[in-house]
Amino acid sequence: MISDYFKLALKNLRKRRLRSWLTIIGIIISIATIFVLISLSLGLEKAVQEQFRLLGTDKIFIQPKGQAGGPGTASSVSLTKKDVDVIEKIQGIKKVTFWTAGNAKIEHNKKIKFVPIIGIDLDTSDLFTETGAYEAQEGRLLKKGDFKNIMIGSRYKNDFLGRPIKIGDTIFINAAPFKVKGILKPIGNPTDDSLIYMPLEDFRPLFDIPERVDTIIAQIESGKDINEISSSIEKKLINSRSLDKDNTDFIILTPEELLESFGSVLIIITAFLAGIAGISLLVGATGIANTMYTSVLERTKEIGVMKAIGAKNSNILIIFLIESGLIGLLGSVVGILLGMLIGKSIEYYAVEYLDTTLLQFSFPSYLIIGCLLFGFLIGTISGSLPSYRASKLKPVDALRYE
Amino acid sequence: MSEQIIKLKDVCKIYQMGETEVKALYNVSIDIEKGDFVAIMGPSGSGKSTGLNLVGSLDLPTLGNIYLDSQDISHLTESELAQIRGQKIGFIFQQFNLIPNLTAKENVMLPLLFQGIDKEERESRAEELLNLVELQDRMEHYPNQLSGGQQQRVAIARALANNPEVILADEPTGNLDTKTGEKVLEFLNKLNEKGTTIIMVTHDQDLAKEHAKTIYSLKDGSLEGVYKRTGKSWKKL
Ligand SMILES: Nc1ncnc2c1ncn2[C@@H]1O[C@H](COP(=O)(O)OP(=O)(O)OP(=O)(O)O)[C@@H](O)[C@H]1O
Ligand SMILES: [Mg+2]
Repeated sequence: MISDYFKLALKNLRKRRLRSWLTIIGIIISIATIFVLISLSLGLEKAVQEQFRLLGTDKIFIQPKGQAGGPGTASSVSLTKKDVDVIEKIQGIKKVTFWTAGNAKIEHNKKIKFVPIIGIDLDTSDLFTETGAYEAQEGRLLKKGDFKNIMIGSRYKNDFLGRPIKIGDTIFINAAPFKVKGILKPIGNPTDDSLIYMPLEDFRPLFDIPERVDTIIAQIESGKDINEISSSIEKKLINSRSLDKDNTDFIILTPEELLESFGSVLIIITAFLAGIAGISLLVGATGIANTMYTSVLERTKEIGVMKAIGAKNSNILIIFLIESGLIGLLGSVVGILLGMLIGKSIEYYAVEYLDTTLLQFSFPSYLIIGCLLFGFLIGTISGSLPSYRASKLKPVDALRYE
Repeated sequence: MSEQIIKLKDVCKIYQMGETEVKALYNVSIDIEKGDFVAIMGPSGSGKSTGLNLVGSLDLPTLGNIYLDSQDISHLTESELAQIRGQKIGFIFQQFNLIPNLTAKENVMLPLLFQGIDKEERESRAEELLNLVELQDRMEHYPNQLSGGQQQRVAIARALANNPEVILADEPTGNLDTKTGEKVLEFLNKLNEKGTTIIMVTHDQDLAKEHAKTIYSLKDGSLEGVYKRTGKSWKKL
């Protein structure tokens, strides 16, 4: 029986095709916006989680406080090899590696650029490699014994530095020649993909940074509690650096903490964007209400006729509610399709032109079904007042209406 | 003496228009027998439509009582009235009033839908009725693809959908030429012969005299005269 009412409503919508579509467009836009935003934030969450999965849950990061400008920027405090030695001796620590960064002028074939250079400790570089999930696309990764050799990000393979760089090419870094031993697989964002890595032994004299360590990565033994070890690192460092317990100059990060802080930022962004989408939805809903009011007015006589042939108030209410619900539903069907199209296009554009795989969209079925239901609900809610008014029309008055 | 189907007792319908009262109907009492063919006549504004709408439970009287099948319908709720309209009464209007975006068949099926009858039965009943009004080859036509006379016949079929006891027709031939109007009246006559009570508002005295059995004449909201047919001659009561 209810399907007959749906058919009736569809016929009515088709009758006023242009106006129906104009109303539907309002819903399409808002549902598409909401759909894109949610699928983007779901995709980002997935991407972030994937990054952390690669990172592993057994690593602790120690950095000096106040590295506001990111690693490599001059900060008043710094960690040194001494701190690394302290951490290495702590019970439950399996391995420790560290790196230092600096900006350098690089030159190849008269083309000059300024990029960040990372100096890595080759004795423990396997932990560094594991942490960043680095893989060589061409050549090989740096290994112990390399001297005046570098590995470079994937962007150098393109024309980032004039012409494409090949394995064996020489790049001048702060005027010193370095041989390219490896080109890395793309990481997904342009900054990471244009980094250059060199042995710390070469890095220190070249940049005249004899002591400083920017990030220490400590891997714990399997089965140990990461939080326990992280607090014993804190204690030991406070001791060895003779600091006040409440005024430390370093921070310790565990993957979980990183994940949490990412997650909350994501939620804030999503909520903000969803708020904007909500406003557009409000506009769309007003459009439905407006269309339904007009429709009730136009069809006053028809409502009178239907009542004369036995329609109860509830029948009329259902007819109009379904009609407005269908506007919402159709709007969300098209909106979802449009949203998928936009999402996929952004994804494609991001990979193709921005070199990043971080912008990813996720379309789980619960999101699609949720959007469909939501659209239908918005339609019926915004149509409820006009529908109620239609159902309450007095039959004689409605019949007299011209 | 045959069975009474409709009874109006001291019925008033008064509209308050600001300061003034419009007495659309005033103290009207009428008894209509089952199987009668009633014509209601009178000048414009005399209250014909008002009376018909009251009988059709589209409206409630200001004062007085209306009985349909001995049931007082003057104080019913809207949903009870809807029930009565759907089951006992069939309406035919001057402007046909078909639903424009439904086909002839769908229009006839609509009153059955409101009674919760399932689709198969609705379809076969609609086809049967359109057959009856000789529109079996116009079932899938939309109202704007039908002539006025055809539309009115669809409207008759629709009015008959739920097997009503009473057919109410407000100037059913008002928008039709004489010949087409005759055809519509023929159908009403046929129905009447099968026992359906018919109440028709009309301006056309010849039409009324030819087809009706009883004529009520209204003037300024009051009953002015009742005429009964015996054979070919009419007698004022
Ligand atoms: N809703 C209303 N509000 C105020 N006055 C009304 C209303 N409906 C009807 N009337 C008045 O009641 C009187 C009777 O109206 P009604 O429609 O019954 O006349 P009628 O006999 O059917 O006329 P016609 O032959 O022109 O159709 C008229 O004077 C009309 O103005
Ligand atoms: Mg009238």
